[in-house]
Amino acid sequence: MNENATPDPAPHTHRAESASGPQTSADGVVTHSVPTDEAVLSCRNVNKVFNVAGNKVHAVDDVSLDFAAGKVLAVVGESGSGKSTLARMLLRLMPVTSGTITFRGQDVTHIKGAELRRYWTEVQAVFQDPFASFNQFFTVGSLLRRSLKLAAVDKAEADALIEECLGYVGLTPKDALHKYPHQMSGGQRQRVMVARALMMRPKVLLADEATSMLDASLRVNVLNVLHDLKADLGLTVLFITHDIGQATYLSDRVAVMEHGKVVERGTTEEVIFSPQAEYTRRLLADVPDLRGSLKQR
Amino acid sequence: MTQELAAVAEPKQASLLTRLNPLRGMNLSSRFWIALVIVAIVMLLGLAGFVYPTGSGEKVGSLYDAPGNGLLLGTDNFGHDVVAVLMAGTRTSLTIGLVAGIVATLIGVAIGLIAGFVGGWVEELLMGFTNVVLAIPSIIVLILISISLPQSTIWSLAIVIGITSWPWTARAVRAQASSVATREHIDVARLSGARLPEILVKDVLPYILSYTVMAFVLQVSGAILAEAALSMLGLGPSGTDSLGTQLHWALAFQAVASGAWWAFLPPTIVLTLVSFGFLLLQASLDEVFNPRLRRGKKKQMKKAAARRAAEARALAEAAASAVDGSSRTRAGESA
Repeated sequence: MNENATPDPAPHTHRAESASGPQTSADGVVTHSVPTDEAVLSCRNVNKVFNVAGNKVHAVDDVSLDFAAGKVLAVVGESGSGKSTLARMLLRLMPVTSGTITFRGQDVTHIKGAELRRYWTEVQAVFQDPFASFNQFFTVGSLLRRSLKLAAVDKAEADALIEECLGYVGLTPKDALHKYPHQMSGGQRQRVMVARALMMRPKVLLADEATSMLDASLRVNVLNVLHDLKADLGLTVLFITHDIGQATYLSDRVAVMEHGKVVERGTTEEVIFSPQAEYTRRLLADVPDLRGSLKQR
Repeated sequence: MTQELAAVAEPKQASLLTRLNPLRGMNLSSRFWIALVIVAIVMLLGLAGFVYPTGSGEKVGSLYDAPGNGLLLGTDNFGHDVVAVLMAGTRTSLTIGLVAGIVATLIGVAIGLIAGFVGGWVEELLMGFTNVVLAIPSIIVLILISISLPQSTIWSLAIVIGITSWPWTARAVRAQASSVATREHIDVARLSGARLPEILVKDVLPYILSYTVMAFVLQVSGAILAEAALSMLGLGPSGTDSLGTQLHWALAFQAVASGAWWAFLPPTIVLTLVSFGFLLLQASLDEVFNPRLRRGKKKQMKKAAARRAAEARALAEAAASAVDGSSRTRAGESA
């Protein structure tokens, strides 16, 4: 959403120019800068309250974010900070308690049925667990073909599309399609999941902790795949992680979440190298390989 | 030369055989095989009625003729051959058990799947209904329905038993389905555009199929006993022999008082074997699907731990000797 085009009633969203330095709103949100490109997906004042054994848990508290087209936005925060809940709401897998989600200027907060399936051809996701994401009773081929129904393409085009999408993640149909999930490694599975998400030729890809269960070498592999997709297909990526290192490696912009609230946001350079919020500093101090550089400061 | 070839070929063949035998990987216990043999014997008994020379309705003697004279188990109160009646009765009971088991499992799985997966008020509603059905004593419902039916056939009886015994299956399936519903592959299926029925059948049902099979086995054995109970009360299928009606006539014609054990003991033994066999089958299937229940597991684990410890010791010794060697060379270098 273009900040100038649409007036924003939210009190804490600033029309700050990046040159004027970070600004802190009344409720403590540090905003370094706002995206100048047009946002594909955005959420405004999104809340999620869970009822857990009679207690109300505010998992996502008044979050407003914009996802600029063709950019990578990383949402960083510790476990339980509401990142995944936010992602599931953006994917419309979970209803919002209040707030609106807008996709290309259209309100998608309460769409259903065919409209929702059309939304899912544009917004896709890769999840955390490459083991639980698979239905272990079906081959990779049937998983991909199933997703193709949503893409609505004919048979010949379907095979070409499968080959193309597997190609993006460095796999060939010959060595993937007939395999069952348990016959592949964790990295391969996660790449198959990325390929599946790409079948619909989406505009937005949500990667919810997509690399956290992979070991270091495979992690870089998947991160590079995501980066190439952004560069080659102009994909907008929402990268959710608890690892600031990965966020820095991949993302253009970073939003930091604590206890369901966004506490700081801006470009990667602004947030990582001149953090303002107390929580961001604490997160950065906990990163072992950045500690040296922070001490020099 | 040929001997050598054979020796080389043998292990290959063995590995091929083990690969071709899908049951090997399932680690079936001896319990399973005993249960299977019992169930198979009862089924054979039922099927043997087709080749047995005497029909179950044929009069071959008078009231309670004792075993002998070519009649292995004598005659019942109508003068029918007890063996022939037993075979026909076993067949009827198994048929009723199977049909009732299928009906109960279908209803239970459908309600449990939808309640467990969809959740919310749908779950409250369906489970509330299930609990109400569960609270009503099913034998009373069975009796009322059986009386109100104009004519009792084995099919109507099977269906009546089926629609009174599904609640336990529904509850078990609901618990399993609601745990599968939180798995990520369900989200992936939804994002792939799958609709609710497709998700239930393709993404939830396969994960709970083992429980469903076990519940089905229990339902079959429960339905056979329910049929026997109803038939003993005289509410059984009219004009058909079943294990229950056999007991009913034995009671009505004073078989116990007159000491005609051959009239009531054989159906009792077959009923006991059937329910014991199915229960044992269910328990052993539980072991197959749930490895933690496997017997002898502790012993195996102890053995494996001992083997690992021995391997680690050997490795440590090898490493120690290697370190000794390398430190010596290094010492030599520095000197």
